[in-house]
Amino acid sequence: MDKTVIKIENLFVELDGVSVLENVNLTVNEYDFLGIIGPNGGGKTTLLRVLLDLVKPVRGKIRIMGESLEKNRHLLGYVPQYAVFDRNFPISVEEVVMSARLARKQGRRFSHEDYKIAAAALERMEILPLRSRQMGELSGGERQRVLVARALAAQPRILLLDEPTASVDSRFAAGFYELLQELNREMTLILVSHDISAVSTYVKTLACLNRTLFYENSRELSQEMIEKTYHCPVDLIAHGIPHRVLPPHDGVVGS
Amino acid sequence: MEILQFDFMRNALLVGLLVSVACGMIGTYVVVKRIVFISGGISHTAYGGIGLGYYLGFNPMLGATLFTIISALGMGLVQQRSSQRQDTVIGVMWAVGMALGIMFVKLSPGYTADLMSYLFGSILTVPERDILFILLLDLLIIATVYRYFEEFKAVAFDEEFARVSGLKVEFYNILLLLLVALTVVVMIRAVGIILVIALLTIPPAIAGEYSRGLKGMMGLSVVLGIIFTTAGLYLSYLFDLPSGATIILVAAAGYILALLMKK
Repeated sequence: MDKTVIKIENLFVELDGVSVLENVNLTVNEYDFLGIIGPNGGGKTTLLRVLLDLVKPVRGKIRIMGESLEKNRHLLGYVPQYAVFDRNFPISVEEVVMSARLARKQGRRFSHEDYKIAAAALERMEILPLRSRQMGELSGGERQRVLVARALAAQPRILLLDEPTASVDSRFAAGFYELLQELNREMTLILVSHDISAVSTYVKTLACLNRTLFYENSRELSQEMIEKTYHCPVDLIAHGIPHRVLPPHDGVVGS
Repeated sequence: MEILQFDFMRNALLVGLLVSVACGMIGTYVVVKRIVFISGGISHTAYGGIGLGYYLGFNPMLGATLFTIISALGMGLVQQRSSQRQDTVIGVMWAVGMALGIMFVKLSPGYTADLMSYLFGSILTVPERDILFILLLDLLIIATVYRYFEEFKAVAFDEEFARVSGLKVEFYNILLLLLVALTVVVMIRAVGIILVIALLTIPPAIAGEYSRGLKGMMGLSVVLGIIFTTAGLYLSYLFDLPSGATIILVAAAGYILALLMKK
């Protein structure tokens, strides 16, 4: 029996009075690598933001490792989309990664332990030699690895990634996903993307999100399952009806 | 060097130094966090406090401190509501602060000739008690930045991640605006309310082009601030020009030069 690390029940979220997520149910087991796909505006990022306590749901229950979000939010690591940064900000790679240690910092300075943890995170992402480089000098792929290293420096049990390969070319993306698979041996991963083909090659479980979640709790990634999940967002985009509620798939809805 | 024989000149140089330290450190955050407009609002509301000081007969610098702190708290609240009308609210507070000042000054009895020095600065005529006050504020600013350097950096670079990491982002944002308020008060005597924003942003804007870290950017900003205030002071003494405006124009010339050299 797999251990449940995230359990979401009957989640409803509104942004500025507009319903974004409706009746989302999701159970994630430990060491899963869950890919959530769906069209832009389908609520993928919002779902991550709810898990990170950045957005308050209207209704619904969230348990992280059996405890409330408030208590266990620190077990979640977060890799945001790159777009939010100022490239001219004078900050080094190491400084960015160290920022994940701030909540645990005692007094004014970081401890040696903090620096060791940050170095280990950089090493994991194979970018330790870049530690004194400026963020603005890095390529898109390198920057993405820094953001993962920063998330790892907080020593999370569950890692949430939001479109991590959006600003990276496909050559970098393959290596990046392989690193994620390595990480997956030690922690649960949840990855959100609209890039269905790339994601479905690497994840263990797929879910499809467009306002509500269609989730198949399968450890084995069958061809049929990819086909089925692959179809819903493609279908939606093709018809240009972004808010059409999908007909439920056969089998399990929620979990 | 004969001009250093004058007490007022030594005092003016000291004020220039104190101003440069405060605005180099805090201006760096203002520039990288892109809160120039909020800072402009905070500085202009100081006029309301200066007017209140005149009206009730206490040191206008204390009135300015009171008003900038209140407006910093107000701007902090506005900043936290992610409404699209943020800039409108800031603009309104900016104007209301000025309007209150004009009212208070109008109601004040007697002669208000040195009012202009608060608006446009007069670094050569800063009274000793104000120098002491500025020094106190400077020490407070330095101590706070020293203590919370890493926290301010993380919040400035990526507010959302800082929040996810468990930092109290709202606290640091408001603390920073309070530091902006104090910095404004430090600067009023030297360059005046109207010109504060230029000296707050020009040195860090230049320094940002040549810095690899926030510490370096702050250090270079402080040095540039000292150069601009000293050069401005000297030129205004030499040609009998208004000191605040001369300092700002020297800084602006430095900015243009830096931009041209970068090309």
